Amino acid sequence: MRITNKLSELKKNALPIYGSAEDQQQKQKSGGGGEEAADAKGGDGTKKMAKKGEELKEEMDELLDEIDNVLEENAEEFVKNYVQRGGE
Amino acid sequence: MAIPKVMGTEIEYGIIVKNDPDFDPISSCVLLVNAYREDPAGKILWDYDQENPLADARGFQVDGEKYTPNQQENIARNKTLVNGARYYVDHAHPEYSCPEVTNARDLVVHEKAGERVVEISRREACTLLPHGATMLLHKNNSDRKGNSYGSHENYLMDRRASFKQIVEHLLPFFATRQVYTGAGKVGSENRGQKCDYQLSQRADFFETEVALDTMVKRPIINTRDEPHADREKYRRLHVIVGDSNMSEYTIYLRNGVTALVLSMIEDGAITKSMAMRDPVRAIKDVSHDSTCRKELAMESGKKLNAVEIQAEYLDMALTYAATHDIDEVTQDVLVKWQDVIEALRRDPMELSNRIDWVIKKQLIESYRERKGYDWEDSQVRMLDLQYHDTRPDKGLYSMLERQGRVERICTDEEITAAIHTPPGDTRAYFRGECLRRYAGEVFGVNWDSISFGVGDEPIKRVMMAEPLKGTQRLVKDLLDASPTAGELVKNLRA
Repeated sequence: MRITNKLSELKKNALPIYGSAEDQQQKQKSGGGGEEAADAKGGDGTKKMAKKGEELKEEMDELLDEIDNVLEENAEEFVKNYVQRGGE
Repeated sequence: MAIPKVMGTEIEYGIIVKNDPDFDPISSCVLLVNAYREDPAGKILWDYDQENPLADARGFQVDGEKYTPNQQENIARNKTLVNGARYYVDHAHPEYSCPEVTNARDLVVHEKAGERVVEISRREACTLLPHGATMLLHKNNSDRKGNSYGSHENYLMDRRASFKQIVEHLLPFFATRQVYTGAGKVGSENRGQKCDYQLSQRADFFETEVALDTMVKRPIINTRDEPHADREKYRRLHVIVGDSNMSEYTIYLRNGVTALVLSMIEDGAITKSMAMRDPVRAIKDVSHDSTCRKELAMESGKKLNAVEIQAEYLDMALTYAATHDIDEVTQDVLVKWQDVIEALRRDPMELSNRIDWVIKKQLIESYRERKGYDWEDSQVRMLDLQYHDTRPDKGLYSMLERQGRVERICTDEEITAAIHTPPGDTRAYFRGECLRRYAGEVFGVNWDSISFGVGDEPIKRVMMAEPLKGTQRLVKDLLDASPTAGELVKNLRA
């Protein structure tokens, strides 16, 4: 028991995370899948879910497009020629 | 009472020059390291007199030749930086050894600053290459053709802690921590069992439990006993089992959790033996299982998976935290460790914004799904490599970070500052500040000493056997009162 208390106390003191704060919030909004699933029984929730799904897909598409833009052109040759000497 | 876990990392980078038929890794490394110009820049030797890589923690000295380059070669291959780091050529790889820090958060900041230093010098070096040639650097650990290079962690330990106990408690811990420290790799090598994707870059290369070697027949526990500090009081645990991580969150857990477990070993807080039947086999089995569910044979006869074994360590750590004073960063590490273990229990893919091997796996799987590529395709292998590319505009990890898709531990401002500023709370402060203030008079440097050549006088070597001395609090006034190295040496004697 004491350990559980200690942990919740620790959680309160957790250091802030920088960076993807927005990402986090979004996750929290959509998080706790149970709640969404319950909502989803009503028509509104289904629409919301579908919309969220589309957003995610769009986001992923954007990411994959960007990868296409930056990925090394002659991948086959590059990977073949990538030889290192053992180190340490 | 456990001693403070002063720590640091040594990262070797993969190096290649595109469109250069005469590419030679060693001369490229020399070019790279010398392309990094600090102001002030001195001609400073790395002091090899202070090194002894052949001393074994189990109590013997191994025969072998110690490497000592001549003076010119020494200066060409070694740079000691004003932030207290060492940036140098190690065999055929550039290596960045960050300055000593006192906690995992500062470790993240300084390891990341190292990536920036490497990238700054890469850009400079490229301007000196023949037209059309480009130097590329990867913070990874293998070329996928059976050649591996290291990512080493160092932790200061109490000499009184029994090495036997360290080995016993660390073998199961190291065989399984890759579930949250792995950098991810497509395929296997070094005669490893065939697989599409695995958690760790390095697991394929570990062949024995305990040994002094780092280059052949690599051990899970390395016994190099070279404390770079007062050897009566301290040991430096040289950990070679880790991957080069890109994710700040992963680096933070890798060093933070390991340091905590080491403190627990010093304090006798590992109360349950987690001994495994075959840790060398286990390290590969764990790496090859993206579900993290594979059962491993324990010495007790029980079967546990990697997450369950880590959860046992976590449990002991929570008890330890409830009965010992632990610092703020370690408390935070503990919270994040628990979050990660819980996520791994539910579904490892939940960690696709925090843990390298999961981030990379999700990225590759989405790409494969869209393009219909096979795991063997060179595009997929390219993604794997390019995740570790140091170029901010080409590196895939950098891209994810820029888009806010991964969680961070520190800020860009902190990382930029650490390129030029040593940590204030270890002897790295004294080293870095001496280089900044007296570059022209510094003759040689090592982790635990710095020597000055003042005028025609004999070289004066100042020893720094205590990693927690030479801090800003202890020496800033002295440095401020010493406009020259000569005066510093005089003031030190007074």
